[in-house]
Amino acid sequence: MDALQEKSRVTVGQAIRGGKAYRIWVACLAALILAGLLAYFRQLDVGLITTAMRDQVSWGFYISNFIFLVGVAAAAVLLVIPAYLYDFKPIKEIVLFGEMVAIVAVTMCILFVFVDMGQPLRLWHLAPLIGKMNFPSSLLIWDVLALGGYLAINALLVGYALRRHSAGKEYRLAVILPLILLSIPWAVSIHTVTAFIFNGLSSRPFWNASILAPRFLASAFCSGPAIMIVLFELMRKYAGLKIEERALAKIAELVAYTIGINLFLLGAEMFKEFYSGSAHLAPLRYLYFGLNGHDRLVPWAWLALILNISAFAIFLAPDLRQKPVTRSIGAGLIIVGVYIEKGMGLVVPGFIPDTLGEIYQYWPSWSELIITVGIWAAGALLYTVMAKFAIAALPHAVQAQDR
Amino acid sequence: MSLRDFPSPPSVKVDRRTFLKGAALGVATAALPLNSANASLWSSLFQKHFVEMDEDDRKRVIARLENEARQRYGADIQIGAADAMPDVKFGYALDLSRCIGCRRCVSACSAENNPSRNPQINWISVLRMKKGEKWIDLEGADKYYDPLAVPETDYFYIPVQCQQCENPPCVKVCPTKATWKEPDGIVVIDYDWCIGCRYCMAACPYGARRFNWSAPSIGRNEINPHTHYLGNRPRQKGVVEKCTFCIQRTREGRYPACVEVCPAGARKFGNLLDERSEIRHIIEHKRVFRLKEDLNTVPTFFYFFAS
Repeated sequence: MDALQEKSRVTVGQAIRGGKAYRIWVACLAALILAGLLAYFRQLDVGLITTAMRDQVSWGFYISNFIFLVGVAAAAVLLVIPAYLYDFKPIKEIVLFGEMVAIVAVTMCILFVFVDMGQPLRLWHLAPLIGKMNFPSSLLIWDVLALGGYLAINALLVGYALRRHSAGKEYRLAVILPLILLSIPWAVSIHTVTAFIFNGLSSRPFWNASILAPRFLASAFCSGPAIMIVLFELMRKYAGLKIEERALAKIAELVAYTIGINLFLLGAEMFKEFYSGSAHLAPLRYLYFGLNGHDRLVPWAWLALILNISAFAIFLAPDLRQKPVTRSIGAGLIIVGVYIEKGMGLVVPGFIPDTLGEIYQYWPSWSELIITVGIWAAGALLYTVMAKFAIAALPHAVQAQDR
Repeated sequence: MSLRDFPSPPSVKVDRRTFLKGAALGVATAALPLNSANASLWSSLFQKHFVEMDEDDRKRVIARLENEARQRYGADIQIGAADAMPDVKFGYALDLSRCIGCRRCVSACSAENNPSRNPQINWISVLRMKKGEKWIDLEGADKYYDPLAVPETDYFYIPVQCQQCENPPCVKVCPTKATWKEPDGIVVIDYDWCIGCRYCMAACPYGARRFNWSAPSIGRNEINPHTHYLGNRPRQKGVVEKCTFCIQRTREGRYPACVEVCPAGARKFGNLLDERSEIRHIIEHKRVFRLKEDLNTVPTFFYFFAS
C-alpha cells in the first residue's frame, strides 16, 4: 500500500511540474481564471444585470456554452464505441483521453449553469433529500441527474485506469467493462435530455420542433470528436503522446458521417419552416435573414453554415481527412461552426421575437465574456493537469521519456 | 421623484475599490437577501420551502423577514400568509371593447405590489395593435407606445399579465417546486426558494414572468406595507416574480388593484365556483376567448367583448 502511494505521489508530482512553456501556459490560464472570478464576484454583488440578458431574452451566452459543452462530452462515446464494441485497438489506447474530455466538459457545463443562477447559494434546493426536486416533471432535474451520472461514470473510469496504471498494476477490463458500456447510452441520454429542456416548451416554437434532439446529437457527434482530433494532435506534438495514425483517421471518418447527418437535419428543418412559412418562421428568419432590420446574428449564422459545409468537404475527401494538417483545419472549422450553431444560434433565436412579439437583440456583455473565458480557462487547466498526469502514468504511451 | 431617493440604486458602473470590495465580500453576502446579521444570514440560507413550514416556522420566518424589510425600507411592513379560502377559484375577464390603453392598471399594480422601480419591473404589459389588419398580431404589437392621448382611433389594446393557467407550463418546468398553483387558482412563487434559473420564464407563453436582474429598489415612501408572503412582499435580486391576482387583497375579499383602478370598467374579477358571480355570467353569455388557446395552458384569464 505504501509503495502504491509512493508511486502515485511521484506521478502527481510529475503532473504538476513542467518545462518553461508549460509554466507559461498554466500561468496564462490562471490569470484568465482570476479575471473570470473577479468578474463573477462583481456579478454576484450587483446581480445578473451585469449580463446583457433581460426578461425578453432570459438565457444567453452562459446557456449557449452549456449546450455546446454537453455536446463536447460526447467525444468519449464516439471513441468508446469503436474501441469496445468493435474492438479497434488504436482507439482503445487513447479512449482514456476522450473520457477525460467528458469529465472536463461536464464540469464546465455545471460551472456555466452555476454562473447563470440568480441565487447560486440555493443550489442545494436541487439536491435529493434536502432539496425539493420537481421530478419527474422538470427536465432540468433530469439533466442534473443525467449530467451528474455521466460525470460520475467517467470519473470512475478515468480514476480506475489512472490508479491501476500509476501503481504499475494491470488494468483489468472485466472490472469496468459494464461501466464502459453504460457510458454509451448515458452519453446519448445527456444530449437528449438537454435537448428536451428546450424541446418541451410549447411557448417557443423555434425549439418546439421534434427534430431538435436528433440535431443536438448529430452536432454533438461532430464537435466532440473534432475537439478530440485537435487535442490528440496537440498532445502528440507537445506531450509526446504516441497515437496511431489509424486512430485519428477513424475518428475523422466518423466525423464525416456526423457532419453529413447534421447538415441533412438542418436542411430538413429549414425546408419545413421556410416552405410552410407559418408565423413560427420568425425566429429562423431572424437568425438567417434578420427581422424588421434586426440582424445581429445573421453574419454568424451564415459563417457557421459556411464553416460546417467546408468542414464537410474536408472530411469527406479521404486524402484531406488523412493528412494531419487538413484534418486539423477541418476539425477547427467544425468546432467553431457547431459552437455558433449549437450555442448562440440555438438559444437566442428561441427568445426572438419574445412570446409577446417584442424583439430584444441580445449580445453578451463584457462581464459575460470574461466569465465565460474564465470557465474555458478552468476547463483547459483541468484537462492539462489530467492529461499530464495520465501521460506520466502511462509510460508505454509516451515516446519521449524526458517530457 | 429622482433616482437619489432610492435607498440602493443598482450601480452597474463600479469603481475599482468597490469592485475589489465586492469581490472580497461577494461569495459571502452577495447572493443573500438584504444585509442581515449572521444568525439571520444562516437562517435565511437554510430557510424551508413555504409549504413545508409549520405554524411556528411561518411565524419565525415572517418575523425575521418583516424585520429585515423594516430595516431596509423604514416602513412597518406586515407579511400575511392567509391560505386560500374554501370553495373559491379566482377568474378574471377583460373587456377588450372597453380597454382604452391608458395603462392605469400598470401603475396601480406597481403601487400595490412593490416591484422594483429601478430597474423598472411591471407585471402588466399593455400591447397596442393596429385595427383592421390582423386579429391578434403579437409581432406587430407595440408595448412602448407613447401617444399624447388614448384611446387612439387606429388602435386597440390588449393588456397581458399572468394568465393563472390551469395547466401552467412554468410550474411544470420549475426544478425546485418554487412555483406552484394554489387551491384558489393563483400561481405563486416562494421568493426564498427560487434559485433564479429562469426556466419558468422560457416556458411561459405569455411573457408574464419578471426577473430581478439587480437588487430591486423602491422609494421608502412608495412601499406598500400590506403584503402577503406569496405575493407582494419585498423581493431579492436573482429571483422571479409575477402577477398573483393581488393575493394580499383577493384573499381578504377585495378586488385586485388593476380591477379597482380601471377607469373604463374593462376588468372583471370573481369566483368561478360561484354560479351567480359576474365572472360566470360573462363567461357564459359573452364572446370570450383566451390567449394562445392552441397551447392548451387553459388560462383562468379570459378576454371578451361586451359590445
